[in-house]
Amino acid sequence: MKLQKKDIQHIAKLARLELTEKEYDLYGEQLSGVLEFIDKLSEVNTDNVEPTAQVTGLLNILREDKVMDWNEKEQADAFKEAPNFEDNQYKVKRVL
Amino acid sequence: MKLNELNIREAQAKLVAGEITSVDLTKACLERIKEVDEKVHACLNVYEEMALLEAREADLRREKGEKGELLGIPYIAKDNILARGTKTTAASKILENYTAPFDATIIKRLKEQGAVLLAKANLDEFAHGASTENSAFGTTHNPWDLECVPGGSSGGSAASVASDMCIFALGTDTGGSIRHPASLCNVVGLKPSYGRSSRFGLIAMTSSTDVPGPLCKNVEDSAIVLEAIAGQDKNDATTIDKEVDDYKDNLKNEIKGKKIGISPEIVGQLSGESKEIFDEAKKKFEELGAEIVEVSLPNAKYGVPVYYIITPSEISSNLGRFDGIRYGMSSEETEDLTEFYSKTRGKGFGPEVKRRIMLGTYALSAGYYDAYYLKAQKVRTVIKEELDRALEEVDVLITPTAAGPAFKIGEQSDDPLKMYLEDMFVSPPSLAGLPAVSIPAGFINDMPVGMQVIGKRFDEKTVLNFSYIFEQATDYHKKKAKL
Repeated sequence: MKLQKKDIQHIAKLARLELTEKEYDLYGEQLSGVLEFIDKLSEVNTDNVEPTAQVTGLLNILREDKVMDWNEKEQADAFKEAPNFEDNQYKVKRVL
Repeated sequence: MKLNELNIREAQAKLVAGEITSVDLTKACLERIKEVDEKVHACLNVYEEMALLEAREADLRREKGEKGELLGIPYIAKDNILARGTKTTAASKILENYTAPFDATIIKRLKEQGAVLLAKANLDEFAHGASTENSAFGTTHNPWDLECVPGGSSGGSAASVASDMCIFALGTDTGGSIRHPASLCNVVGLKPSYGRSSRFGLIAMTSSTDVPGPLCKNVEDSAIVLEAIAGQDKNDATTIDKEVDDYKDNLKNEIKGKKIGISPEIVGQLSGESKEIFDEAKKKFEELGAEIVEVSLPNAKYGVPVYYIITPSEISSNLGRFDGIRYGMSSEETEDLTEFYSKTRGKGFGPEVKRRIMLGTYALSAGYYDAYYLKAQKVRTVIKEELDRALEEVDVLITPTAAGPAFKIGEQSDDPLKMYLEDMFVSPPSLAGLPAVSIPAGFINDMPVGMQVIGKRFDEKTVLNFSYIFEQATDYHKKKAKL
């Protein structure tokens, strides 16, 4: 299927990606080409076929809901990666 | 022979004999990096000081009587694998200044064994690609011909092993990312079964197919590294509670009378020298006493279209975490939160990452989910069941790894679809979670070409056994790139 510019704008908005005008045109064309190729899948009869999301066969791997200690230095280093971190909290923009 | 050119077994023998120290070995690798990496650009960051410290530590452990096949052995890890204190960028601008605060499980296990981390290797941004051209920090060059790509996405890892910058390397494989560059660089690349090696501490791409594994100079080394990194991990609930086989001890098992499956549908896609090389490999296996059986895989050709729905869908979700808040690049001041996200991501991600996020977002969006994502998941079942059925009749399957040898840098980077088709033979085993190895199988115009050996789920032992017997009967892996 051929994606129109408004489709690409909508997808980019959903994906939280700011694109340039040039990018809208380029990706629109490239993604349309890829989707056309993917349409090949309609050749395969999948009536009564269950979808596969994972292949290990593992089911409900449970663990106790317990807080575990983590190396404090590693914790501190992880927080340091945040561009805006204050009083042990991540600072974000206004949500409401 | 220079020390950096040794394989694991040779290097370990010299270490055990006291002929060399890990510091000697590490220095030889670091020197080699300095000598050739300006041309190859396999490494994003080299950790000389840290590596020498780790090497000294390994030497001390040995003095105290410790033994181990990887004790003191230097390696390079793909830069989407977290190693505490190293920059871990996934070759993306959005993580340009990110330093890993902890070790991935596989890094931790190698550390426990005393292996020495030298450097972090280049890749396609977030492992999206088959050429390493999608790296935000410049492409890696193939050591066999610097004008060609090394394959991808673990192109830096493959090129570093092929040019002897290290004794072995780690990569990750989602739809061919270890096997494809291994094929193009003439090294052995092993993708373990999904769930065999832990994904904890890997920067996630496609959580349902991502698997870390080794890129080595030969099959025996691959068996040694797999044994070290494999096994259940409580931090990755998809790892399986299955005993890790003694891979090294089973390499020499007899393959006479055992069955190798070949798909006429896949062979039908080959032409010219690629076909000749594959026929030659088939003949070699027959000489070695294996029985070649035709097995039909009519749906394997849908591997790429399925992969390019499932993968972008999981990417669009997994890469949602790059929001400029907890880590990574952060956009300039703006008051609006949504705008902040969009600006950060629009600036931080490269073209292929954006394409995949959008493709996945589209495939999962209202009105298209059934037609794309659900359909792809169903065809994934068809492909998986078809491979499982084929593997009930034979011990392993063989296919070429890639459609041909390395292509020129820039030759197909403008055509995403053409690049996706590089994964033609390697994506089906990924979708089915099967173990698969690429081993050197010949040369076209002096450029290496690999063969893929696929086995039953969690049967790495047999895959490595067949690969080893083939390798020992041929000498493609002994030919080295001239730099």
